[in-house]
Amino acid sequence: MPVIEVRNLHKRYRGKVAVEDVSFTVERGEIFGILGPNGAGKTTTVECVEGLRRPDRGTVSVLGFDPVRDAAEVRSRLGAQLQEARLPNRMRVREALDLYASFYPEPADSGELMDVLDLTAQRDTGFAKLSGGQQQRLSIALALIGDPEVAVLDELTTGLDPQARRDTWAMVERIRDRGVTVLLVTHFMEEAERLCDRLAVIDAGRVVAVDTPSGLVARVEPEGRIRVRFRPSAPLPEALLRDLPEVRSVEWSGEQVRVTGTPEVLHAVTSVLARNQIIAADLRVEQTSLDDAFVALTGRTLED
Amino acid sequence: MLAKITLMEFRLFVRDVVGPALIVALPVALLLGFGFMPGGTKASEDLAGQSAAEYIASIDVGIVLVVLGFTILPSVISDYREKGVLRRLGTTPVRPSLLLAAQLLIYSVSALLVVAMVVLLGDMIFGTPVPERLGSFVLAVLLGMGALFGIGLLVAAVAPSGKAGTGIGMALFFPSMLFGGVYIPREKEAAAMRAVGDYTPLGATLKTVRDSWQGLDPHPSQLVALAAYAVVAVAAAVRFFRWESR
Repeated sequence: MPVIEVRNLHKRYRGKVAVEDVSFTVERGEIFGILGPNGAGKTTTVECVEGLRRPDRGTVSVLGFDPVRDAAEVRSRLGAQLQEARLPNRMRVREALDLYASFYPEPADSGELMDVLDLTAQRDTGFAKLSGGQQQRLSIALALIGDPEVAVLDELTTGLDPQARRDTWAMVERIRDRGVTVLLVTHFMEEAERLCDRLAVIDAGRVVAVDTPSGLVARVEPEGRIRVRFRPSAPLPEALLRDLPEVRSVEWSGEQVRVTGTPEVLHAVTSVLARNQIIAADLRVEQTSLDDAFVALTGRTLED
Repeated sequence: MLAKITLMEFRLFVRDVVGPALIVALPVALLLGFGFMPGGTKASEDLAGQSAAEYIASIDVGIVLVVLGFTILPSVISDYREKGVLRRLGTTPVRPSLLLAAQLLIYSVSALLVVAMVVLLGDMIFGTPVPERLGSFVLAVLLGMGALFGIGLLVAAVAPSGKAGTGIGMALFFPSMLFGGVYIPREKEAAAMRAVGDYTPLGATLKTVRDSWQGLDPHPSQLVALAAYAVVAVAAAVRFFRWESR
């Protein structure tokens, strides 16, 4: 049985459609990502999973329970980290964990969670005096204090600096190592690529694709495409490159040339250059990324 | 569970300092300040036969209730909504309504304790009579609390943000203080203003508390007005309360 199953979810607010038609399943022990631009319906989708919203159509099941009908069951087994949810300014880290621990039948150990999430030094610090990263880690700790089977994390690294973001990613991996199934909402490509076992790409309230990050890339570029960019040190007849079987296209922009082709294209190009005693300055190799896949799947970039 | 949340909310309330100062220190300071003024314990013609100490003691009761109901209650609850505290609780096995219950509990109990303290301090230091009509006095305090807290809850229900909750609360607070006869004794107000003031939530609270304190029967229509404010405001608050902003 999947841990989370969402089937043909549809939700509108005041006549405006937030989620048109979303379906996916999450298996036990996965980190499953929901990736999409702002306003795609990601948060509404997970709010239906958390039981905060009632779907207009479709079904949601968490560990076999309906989040609306069996709300008590779902709430005691699912931990949520909400986007932009804060705590009272003067509530201290330790107090928040102890208070939330008392809500659950078999809570996790709050001392251990503080250790894992690197909050022990802040145990007596009020929420408003914590840094953004510490607040975010406390929010994750609160999502885990009930010792949940499922954790839903919504935009957990938004507003964090790059270092704090990387630390948080490592934290999420440790959560999964504890056996928790993670549903992760993000609009950061790098985060999705780094953390997720599988992803649902959502755009305008619909699922565009569900696959592993590399599976999504392969859908867009079945053979896997490599781009090589460089500035040749001497005039380079374009035919030299074009005639290589590994090369699919050659484009110039000023003195720079961009060669696209199969995974062997780099070797082929450098061999030709060596034979002709041309040096490739500012050499860059790029692979089709999840970014490219996203653009190909949705027709736009995430930042749009 | 309610006990645990209430204890936490009480700690936060005390840590805030401003709230406790307004509802404990201010009433005590007023009582002592006016009571120790020369002639503070003598019956005054200007105050319908009450001494300044006794008069200020009943004003204290009104201040405690209106500060809690119009300023602290709406500001804290609408801030909790804006911060997502209520929504966050909604994902746990605990219902967010428990947090509202805890809030109302600490404010009601604090208010009653401060009222009891003012009554006792006034009696011990200045010999203000402990309300001669204890039943009417308690009824007036409870109805006043219902009206003022109910309106505060209604403000909290509709305010879109913490700032708005505080702002609307303040916009009710100052005119209430004026019409209720806190800034100038009711006896010195123009008749028209007094007629209106006696039926505002705070004015009616103060008048019925003062009357029962002096051993008079509180005006039934003012008690009914308070009950009506309480019922209508609470019903509207329940109807319009939102657990999340947006």
